[in-house]
Amino acid sequence: MHRFANPTTFMRIANAIFPWAAGLSAVLFLIGLPVALVTSPADYQQGDSVRLFYVHVPAAWISLMVYGMMAVSSAAFLIWRHPMASVSARALAPVGAIFTALALVTGSLWGRPMWGTYWVWDARLTSELLLLFIYLGYIAIADAFEDPERGDKAAAVLGVVGSVNLPIIHFSVEWWNTLHQPSIIKMTGFTVDGSILLPLFLMLGAFTSYTIAIWVLRLRSELLAVKLRNARMSEVSLAPSLNRGAAE
Amino acid sequence: MSVFGAVLKRDLALAIRQSADSFTVLAFFAIAVVLFPLGVGPETNTLAKIAGGVLWVSALLAALLSLDRLFTVDFEDGTLDQLVLSGEPLVFVVLAKTAAHWLTTGLPLILLSPVLALTLHLPAEGYGALLTALLLGTPTVSLIGAVGAALVLGSRRGGVLLSFLVLPLYVPILIFGTLSVEAAILGVPVKATLALLGAMALFAAVLAPWAAAAALRQATE
Repeated sequence: MHRFANPTTFMRIANAIFPWAAGLSAVLFLIGLPVALVTSPADYQQGDSVRLFYVHVPAAWISLMVYGMMAVSSAAFLIWRHPMASVSARALAPVGAIFTALALVTGSLWGRPMWGTYWVWDARLTSELLLLFIYLGYIAIADAFEDPERGDKAAAVLGVVGSVNLPIIHFSVEWWNTLHQPSIIKMTGFTVDGSILLPLFLMLGAFTSYTIAIWVLRLRSELLAVKLRNARMSEVSLAPSLNRGAAE
Repeated sequence: MSVFGAVLKRDLALAIRQSADSFTVLAFFAIAVVLFPLGVGPETNTLAKIAGGVLWVSALLAALLSLDRLFTVDFEDGTLDQLVLSGEPLVFVVLAKTAAHWLTTGLPLILLSPVLALTLHLPAEGYGALLTALLLGTPTVSLIGAVGAALVLGSRRGGVLLSFLVLPLYVPILIFGTLSVEAAILGVPVKATLALLGAMALFAAVLAPWAAAAALRQATE
């Protein structure tokens, strides 16, 4: 039961943040989505495809932010053995994986009309894809053990190792890309106008507050799952004679 | 440091007595390389172009297959528990086991690679860079692999999981390893990519044993 060493304080703060994050996200989506998808002007070069940007850029941003949160949680778990830290990391991993996948999908949908292909081995795309693999590996190892606590610990080590490795991966992919092919696409090539910045920032805020709200929700359900598991375990251990009877 | 020598000696003795294990890894390396001309076609220019990449990818996969024997046997027969309980610094145990792993798989892979490079028509300028890059890169492969192998101890579906965890982390080694060979063939200086491979090896030698030791401690708890 030591998993509950100190979740009360933690959850009190998290629960206090939740309505604010959820409310802010709802308001920002309500303003941001119409602005981004309808009222903002179409780009003179990209036409309406520029609107994918307002989903793509925030998704990519969240994919990195969540990994940062996960790495901090993992490190905190390894250093202070704070049980909530591993619950937090576990809760974050699927969120990060989904936003990484969303960034990849929207990027490739945007790439088809713009670059004429769904996929290029651009440095950013490649390192985003590798980030997705690292997320999936994290989820896989967290669930790979009979004893969930062992999964927590192994996943925490992987989370920290990954955070050391991600910059190296990104840098090496960039090096590889610049040597292999001249970069045809430059993000900075487009003049970024104020009309693009406003919806972009609205959507960035909406995505970020949404992620915080989802994180708290998932923390709650992870805690409930632990409680449920523990309750079942004690039920089983309370009825040893029953068990023995079944085994024989 | 005495524990380093003792573990290294023991692991090397075990590897020599069960040399079939190392041989299997080499055989896998050869088979994997041979599959590429069969898949891509025997055209000399094409093969020469991809030779560096093919050798590196195959070497990584071969090394990956050998990782599970790094700790698994010791974990199952209780030797690992004894090592953890002995109170000797676990970091040196990991370093010794990793060194033994490299000597029995990494080094043979390097020695076999020029022969396989011949079958892929690797241009003559590429051999020096290929060997140096492998020499600098394969220790990192063993070190990062040790972290992965320690993490999956006692898990369900260990083997598949291990490759899933470790392969993304191998990407920088693959990139700079292949780039070194390509640069040498093109006549461009290879110092930069080789230096980066060396830097990664030193970096991994300092950090990976700590992570692997932490993982071993968790596994034996």
